[in-house]
Amino acid sequence: MFGKLTWAAVPIDQPIPLVAGGVVLVVILAVLVWVVLKGHLPYLWHEWITSVDHKRIGVMYTLLAMVMLLRGFSDAILMRAQQAVAFHSQGFLPPEHYNQIFSAHGTIMIFFVGMPFVIGLMNLVVPLQLGVRDVAFPTLNSVGFWLTATGALLVNVSLVVGEFARTGWLPYPPLSELTYSPGVGVDYYLWSLQISGVGTLVAGINLVTTVLKIRTRGMNYMRMPMFCWTTLASNLLIIAAFPILTATLAMLILDRYFGFHFFTNEAGGNVMMFMNLIWAWGHPEVYILVLPAFGIFSEVVSTFSGKPLFGYRSMVLATMAICVISFMVWLHHFFTMGAGPDVNAIFGIASMIIAVPTGVKIYNWLFTMFAGRIRFATPMLWSIGFMITFIIGGLTGVLVAVPPADFLLHNSLFLVAHFHNVIIGGVLFGAFAGYTYWFPKAFGFRLDERLGMAAFWLWLVGFYVAFMPLYAVGFLGMTRRMQHYDVAEWRPWLMIASVGAIMITVAIAVQVMQLVVSIRNREALRDLTGDPWDGRSLEWATPSPPPVFNFPVLPHVTGEDAYWAMKRRARQEAGARHETDYQPIEMPRNSPTGFVCAFFATVMGFALIWHIWWMVIAGFIGAFATFVVFAWRDHDEYEIPADEVARIDRANLVARRELVTAAGSV
Amino acid sequence: MVATAIAHGHDLNLLGLADTEHEGPAPKRIVTGYGFWIFLLSDMVMFSCFFAAYAVLLGQTAGGPSGAELFNLRSVAVETTCLLLSSFACGMASIAAEVHSHLWFQIAMAVTCVLGLAFLAIEFHEFADLVARGAGPSRSAFLSAFFTLVGCHGMHVSAGTLWLLTMMAQVFAKGFRADIQRRFLCFALFWHALDIIWVAVFSVVYLLGSAV
Repeated sequence: MFGKLTWAAVPIDQPIPLVAGGVVLVVILAVLVWVVLKGHLPYLWHEWITSVDHKRIGVMYTLLAMVMLLRGFSDAILMRAQQAVAFHSQGFLPPEHYNQIFSAHGTIMIFFVGMPFVIGLMNLVVPLQLGVRDVAFPTLNSVGFWLTATGALLVNVSLVVGEFARTGWLPYPPLSELTYSPGVGVDYYLWSLQISGVGTLVAGINLVTTVLKIRTRGMNYMRMPMFCWTTLASNLLIIAAFPILTATLAMLILDRYFGFHFFTNEAGGNVMMFMNLIWAWGHPEVYILVLPAFGIFSEVVSTFSGKPLFGYRSMVLATMAICVISFMVWLHHFFTMGAGPDVNAIFGIASMIIAVPTGVKIYNWLFTMFAGRIRFATPMLWSIGFMITFIIGGLTGVLVAVPPADFLLHNSLFLVAHFHNVIIGGVLFGAFAGYTYWFPKAFGFRLDERLGMAAFWLWLVGFYVAFMPLYAVGFLGMTRRMQHYDVAEWRPWLMIASVGAIMITVAIAVQVMQLVVSIRNREALRDLTGDPWDGRSLEWATPSPPPVFNFPVLPHVTGEDAYWAMKRRARQEAGARHETDYQPIEMPRNSPTGFVCAFFATVMGFALIWHIWWMVIAGFIGAFATFVVFAWRDHDEYEIPADEVARIDRANLVARRELVTAAGSV
Repeated sequence: MVATAIAHGHDLNLLGLADTEHEGPAPKRIVTGYGFWIFLLSDMVMFSCFFAAYAVLLGQTAGGPSGAELFNLRSVAVETTCLLLSSFACGMASIAAEVHSHLWFQIAMAVTCVLGLAFLAIEFHEFADLVARGAGPSRSAFLSAFFTLVGCHGMHVSAGTLWLLTMMAQVFAKGFRADIQRRFLCFALFWHALDIIWVAVFSVVYLLGSAV
């Protein structure tokens, strides 16, 4: 009846996951009870859960990422603490638990923090920057988000029901095959990623179609803000790379569930094929994450330097070059596996070449700042912190791109330090910059600057204290994923690293505090103008938060930095009134399709993990029925009357005129 | 990217060569079709992984039978004919949808469906026969790759059939509304794409496989 699922699946004997799971469960229940008691449920359902508004979906993606960051980071603390104490001893985490923790940490940070964070920001901002009302496929957008949430949910369920993979964040066979991982851990990994992978693919298709086909009048390709270009590049990579992940994981699933022999040791299976396939996805994935961050830095640096982005065209070219070259370097993840000197040399050189367009970008940002009037607001601090940190991470990357050097450093903590250096310094700092920069656009009030700066400095210093020692200990020969060790020279470095982890803990606490304090002081932090940073692109032309239709009349763009040009023109015309011809606006109706679909996907995923076949069929029928019901509806749009549009827009215009007059008088 | 942009004459200004202005958001039919093309591309990427796996594992028969001993080209030829004809019938359904002919639409779709089911039946029979002869997917890595690649295509055809029946019901219940026309456009693209993939399967798996 319940497949492999029995009461033995709940880890009563292991206090750490049980307590952690219990705490999460209590928090979720408390929030639910609060929501229901306060009567917020109808609001949440109508305004958020069923929303197909790209801004709301973007916010929910980002929220998911931030919650999962807490989960992934608590894994990190456990690992740092374990390695600080596990010298000549077993520490406090038994090996099977420690292995689950590092696997979950990597999986969560990449798939459920990095991905939803950048996809959330792209969702929120790109349609606004393109001057349009929504993405290409609004309901599909909601489906994509909820499927991502399903994946995240299943990973967290593994904490209390069963176990998670012990294979590392990429389940290398033959360890991940049924013979060596007979439990459900790898299955949790596989099905959460398959389900959230569908969500990611849907988001990719949606955003590519949006950028290529839904732009406002005059928004030529070479007038798009840089963030739209990096969004395009990143989502093209999603479309080209994520199906590889799906296929590879499907092969592993077939091996595990039906005794196929893709990656097994016997009957002709080929383990190396898994490495090749998974990294053919995995390397582009790195750029899927970091390209949007590059876009965010471009927006931020240009805005806070008060200058157009330096070398816009070279930036576009560099972005697209990275997009292509990222598919030609995957083998550098396994130089040591014996592909031979010629192959290694080619991939080593390709890996070094990709540093060139990245270098172009760094110089462009520097020249944008050069002779600019730089304002050191929090987003700008993150950007400068990024540039310094990312250069170090990039250079250590070039180092391990040299095959002979890689033979020494492969799978050492040097590598761990390198990829944290680029992912934290690049993706996470970018996400935080974007979060601070666009928060007022999403919610109508700014985040507290003082706490934001404190969080930045704690993060920056904490990062260096936590990860620079790992480079050193990597040189001393320490390999990654060690549950305990007995080399005395490693110990001091690992102690320093755990101090860094504590600093980052404080940084995250300050970030939580910043959010709480900002919500409390929201009246004082209110952004009435819609343009709190003196921005240059069209998202700042809307009020904060923007109305559901974004733009009452689609703007007509005539050059780069569209909103900057509009502001300049408005100042020259000094308040000359243009009577706008308001038209009624058609907007897509909200739909529970995404949520219901994700519900059935969760049921199906859980059933597949535990081999409960009747439930798999029930989940499939439910999901299919949901789509049919969705396809059957007769009214998928509603109309906002012209009067209503006019009323909303006039209120915005008043605030905006004040801003223009104020700025004009400076 | 650049090449596609050049192919669309009006987007020439990507290279800064022309002064033409972007005209604003594309109409829904274009957007839907475009998005679905991109989905199909991603689907092709997935198939190419299975093709790659098949190519890698082709010789890994683990002492078991090879393709030359297993494949029956005659039944594959019938299969191919069924699928190609169903694509033709699907094309007829597209024309019927364009001229809003309910009767011909349903007939053409029914023919498409029957031919698709015939294809699936032959494939199922082939698979069942292989398993009965002890050449199931767990026999060798080669057979794992074979069953996965061909089976994945078969799964697509099955899903397509389910979609096809839903489409027929929808047109019957709602008529040729603009949104249903768009949906049908996507279905037709999907069905033709499966043909293209089958041509590759036929050539790479069966023709080359029989020659080995």
